[in-house]
Amino acid sequence: MSSIAVNSGLNRTATFYHSVVGKKVVMAVSGFVLSGFVLGHMFGNLQLFQGREKLNHYAEMLQSLGGLLWFARFVLLSAAVLHITAAFQLWRLKNEARPQAYVKKAHIATSYAARTMIWSGPIVGAFLVYHILHFTTGQALGDQFIKGDVYHNVIVGFQNPAASFFYIIANILLAIHLYHGVWSMFQSLGVNHPKYTPKLKTLAKVYGWVIGIGNVSMPLAVLVGLVK
Amino acid sequence: MKIILNIWRQQNATSAGRMVRYEVPNANEHMSFLEMLDVLNEELTRKGEDPVTFEHDCREGICGCCGFMIDGVPHGPQRGTTVCQLHMRHFHDGDELWLEPFRAKAFPVIKDLMVDRSAFDRIIASGGFISVNTGSAPDGNALPVIKKCSDMAMDAAACIGCGACVASCPNASASLFVSAKISHLGQLPQGQAERDRRASRMVLKMTDEGFGYCTNTGECEAVCPKGIKIENIARMHRDYIKASATFREETSGGGAG
Amino acid sequence: MALNLDSKIPSGPIEQKWQKAKFEMKLVNPANKRKYNVIVVGSGLAGGAAAASLGELGYNVKCFCFQDSPRRAHSIAAQGGINAAKNYQNDGDSVYRLFYDTVKGGDFRAREANVYRLAEVSVDIIDQCVAQGVPFAREYGGVLANRSFGGAQVSRTFYARGQTGQQLLLGCYQALERQVDAGRVKMLYRYEMLELVVIDGRARGIITRNMVTGEIESHVADAVVLGTGGYGNVFYLSTNAKGSNATAIWRAYKKGAGFANPCYTQIHPTCIPQSGDYQSKLTLMSESLRNDGRIWVPTKKADTRDPNTIPETERDYYLERRYPAFGNLCPRDIASRAAKVACDEGYGVGPGGRGVYLDFSESINRLGRNVIEERYGNLFEIYERITGDDPYKMPMRIYPAVHYTMGGLWVDYQLQSTIPGLFVLGEANFSDHGANRLGASALMQGLADGYFVIPYTMGNYLAGVKPGGVDATHQEFKAAKEAVDARTKKFLSIKGKKTVDDFHRELGKVMWEYCGMARNAAGLDHAIARIPELRAEFWENVNVPGSGAELNQSLERAGRVADFLELGELLCRDARIREESCGGHFREEYQTEDGEAKRDDVNFCHAAVWEYLGDNKVPARNTEPLEFEHVHLAQRNYK
Repeated sequence: MSSIAVNSGLNRTATFYHSVVGKKVVMAVSGFVLSGFVLGHMFGNLQLFQGREKLNHYAEMLQSLGGLLWFARFVLLSAAVLHITAAFQLWRLKNEARPQAYVKKAHIATSYAARTMIWSGPIVGAFLVYHILHFTTGQALGDQFIKGDVYHNVIVGFQNPAASFFYIIANILLAIHLYHGVWSMFQSLGVNHPKYTPKLKTLAKVYGWVIGIGNVSMPLAVLVGLVK
Repeated sequence: MKIILNIWRQQNATSAGRMVRYEVPNANEHMSFLEMLDVLNEELTRKGEDPVTFEHDCREGICGCCGFMIDGVPHGPQRGTTVCQLHMRHFHDGDELWLEPFRAKAFPVIKDLMVDRSAFDRIIASGGFISVNTGSAPDGNALPVIKKCSDMAMDAAACIGCGACVASCPNASASLFVSAKISHLGQLPQGQAERDRRASRMVLKMTDEGFGYCTNTGECEAVCPKGIKIENIARMHRDYIKASATFREETSGGGAG
Repeated sequence: MALNLDSKIPSGPIEQKWQKAKFEMKLVNPANKRKYNVIVVGSGLAGGAAAASLGELGYNVKCFCFQDSPRRAHSIAAQGGINAAKNYQNDGDSVYRLFYDTVKGGDFRAREANVYRLAEVSVDIIDQCVAQGVPFAREYGGVLANRSFGGAQVSRTFYARGQTGQQLLLGCYQALERQVDAGRVKMLYRYEMLELVVIDGRARGIITRNMVTGEIESHVADAVVLGTGGYGNVFYLSTNAKGSNATAIWRAYKKGAGFANPCYTQIHPTCIPQSGDYQSKLTLMSESLRNDGRIWVPTKKADTRDPNTIPETERDYYLERRYPAFGNLCPRDIASRAAKVACDEGYGVGPGGRGVYLDFSESINRLGRNVIEERYGNLFEIYERITGDDPYKMPMRIYPAVHYTMGGLWVDYQLQSTIPGLFVLGEANFSDHGANRLGASALMQGLADGYFVIPYTMGNYLAGVKPGGVDATHQEFKAAKEAVDARTKKFLSIKGKKTVDDFHRELGKVMWEYCGMARNAAGLDHAIARIPELRAEFWENVNVPGSGAELNQSLERAGRVADFLELGELLCRDARIREESCGGHFREEYQTEDGEAKRDDVNFCHAAVWEYLGDNKVPARNTEPLEFEHVHLAQRNYK
């Protein structure tokens, strides 16, 4: 008899996570949280185009949330950790599952986005660290960082072409990542129906485009001097 | 027509393999791909060389025995077609092709283009059935089945277990195969009693057999000779999530007292 | 020593025979069942169903298949459906009618009691398969759908699209894998049975070759079940799978099991013709195509024109001309023979002149393309995939092909062969189809034998013997193993000039030419002389490359072809002596004026059971008389 014990609560969670489906579900749920954050974050930041006062006011509002902010940070951090851990484990699994590569392998259905998830992910992850150091804690901005004046920090930060370039690349990759990730998330959570799946795929594409255009527009606008 | 073949030759599971180049000068557009390999093998035998080993049986696209990679695609370029039904008219004189076995940790190579797919049987044994002993069945019409459900179960049940889905998957996942069985039985009223247990056990067995996970690339669906849809994979995830939350494996047999 | 052909048919009215037999059977104590080892060879509908059911009962089962999984067995390729006397359609079907149709369809050469039992358990098969989750076609109300098949006047055929065999086999395979998981059945795949071991007159085990490692192994048991299918591949080209072979039943025959009616072979009229010498198998196209297609050949010999350019006046719709009442819907054997005659006379079309046109243009014009597409779309697709021709635009080319073998090892009512402890199920036995099998009856018989007969009769046999008692060190096992070893070494040592397939093709040509759709004394005499020559040449000039200690597909084929080279001769001998025409055996000398098979019930109303007497000795022909109490002997009449 197959002896698979899934009775106790701890065992149940461990078994769930042990399975290839469980890891994908963790990827999907954490991805859901992160992609939701990315959208909200973008809309918040787009207030850059409404001027210094508006953006700084928004930042102040966020800071004033206090415990709630830390709770949100905790959720986001957990989601990121889970997403990255599961991704790393799945990447290892992928290599284990096919130890000998094909001499010749064609891709018939795999989109560019799906094929590149495995490196768009880590680059976006690295970008995330840089982004926090850049605008949240300020180390990457050094002396120019003024705590509380987000508008200033953003303008100064993006006036550096190298930094802006990294932002643009990373956000294009993020958009591509979402392009596959958002639809994939639904599929992993078991949402697939001939009636709705084409719409979900369209939604994922729109999502990717919106995030991409929205996030790239900010460094670009600063670089070309549209926002000063 | 002349066909140039680069074929993966591997003596047995433990030896190293390599690509060997062959020419089939007298191929014919009416031949099936396997008949073209038969011609090559007859020639090799006459020359005293070891013929190329490949799996095949019914040669009418239903037994699921055949299958190898042609230019990186399981069963070759013709969609919805097993390699035994692929005909040479889809190729051109002078074409050079690369033939490799299906590659996955769970599908170890036995010889040349032949692999061991018994992991599939073990997954079915872990729960891919309805437990009904011979003789204990009620009348066939005792339980009406919604036609749509029956048709969708049949769509999933059309899987021939060839393994092309695993071979094409960038992660060597068996999700399409496993989900086809979970969908087949899970959409029928007869299959409800064991639905949780089936999803739970089959997914864990698939994991333990060393198959990868699904990244929803759709590669499997594109190469499946029977058109099995990845919609089934979503259904498997659904069933597995639900089973993980609620299913309890029985602890002891109880016993008639 | 004549064979003991006691059929063990229970006394009493036919409707009660099986009930009576079941009650009279001895039972094995549930606690003792696990002490009995049963070997099942073959994992198709018959073998797989038997292994699963015996496992459920608690016996220790070992099941063997030569493929990489039990799900590959060739039962999987059956398209049409499975008959059952459910009478769900309220159209007058009954167990008795299914029984009656099957005996008559078999041209009065089957055993009535066996056929009645088959019809009786057919209803249980459907219930069992539905419960296993076989997705049979349904009506909108949720109940099971039926269709009429093969000219039956009632709708009793259950089906799952065009893949009924596949779905039934998967149901059976899943039941089998469930027993594997439960530890009741040990599944040995990629194993080929190469010898039967008989000790003190009882079947006690088999010798196998592990096809991956080449190891020759002994397996001991208290009983052996063969569900290894038919021998259609003796013709080289057939609709059987490439691997389908007769080695298991042939080895059993040479160990003393009687071989009944080898000459009863079914030729299916609508298959895709051979396209060249490299052809490896033939693909069946459903017979339903003849409902709307018209069969013709050009009136000019060896006409190579595009068929669409041949005017009406230069076409010979020979079935409509010769059989005006039935036309294109005349019975299988008539349609097959008529195609052969047309091609023999030089009117055939396509490569080698071995094909006739099956033309849908008239139907497409009359009914519209949509209707034809709805009815036959998937068949047209298969045709196009194989031939590259679009049947909507070009007439199909078809030709008859060997499809099923009604003959097989002789078994009694208990499905036991003339060797005690050796049971034979499905196409491998001879019992239920007489001289001709009706459409949608093969799946029924395989599952009836495996699910509903052997579980009872096996218990009855085992209850009478003590478990165990011998092991693989027994002299007979050693001798059998040595014989297999020696045979393997012999194959590998010949190192001749011809490949195994060269011989197989050659044998196939002889069989098809002289013992195919139409047979006559002179042709059969020629074949009976020719096959031993071919066999002798095989043993001197075959080339089997590689070694025995590895996976070696040439060696596997060599063993199978060596046995076909012997079986082919027996088939011809049986056909030669049966001087009548019945069902799938048509002797040109014995036909009515309009070409119907003409039976000789005075001299041949019996099963011919062949007994092996030694290599190069003419085997003995025993007979089991057939009695017809319920279905009265009559000339089949399709007019």
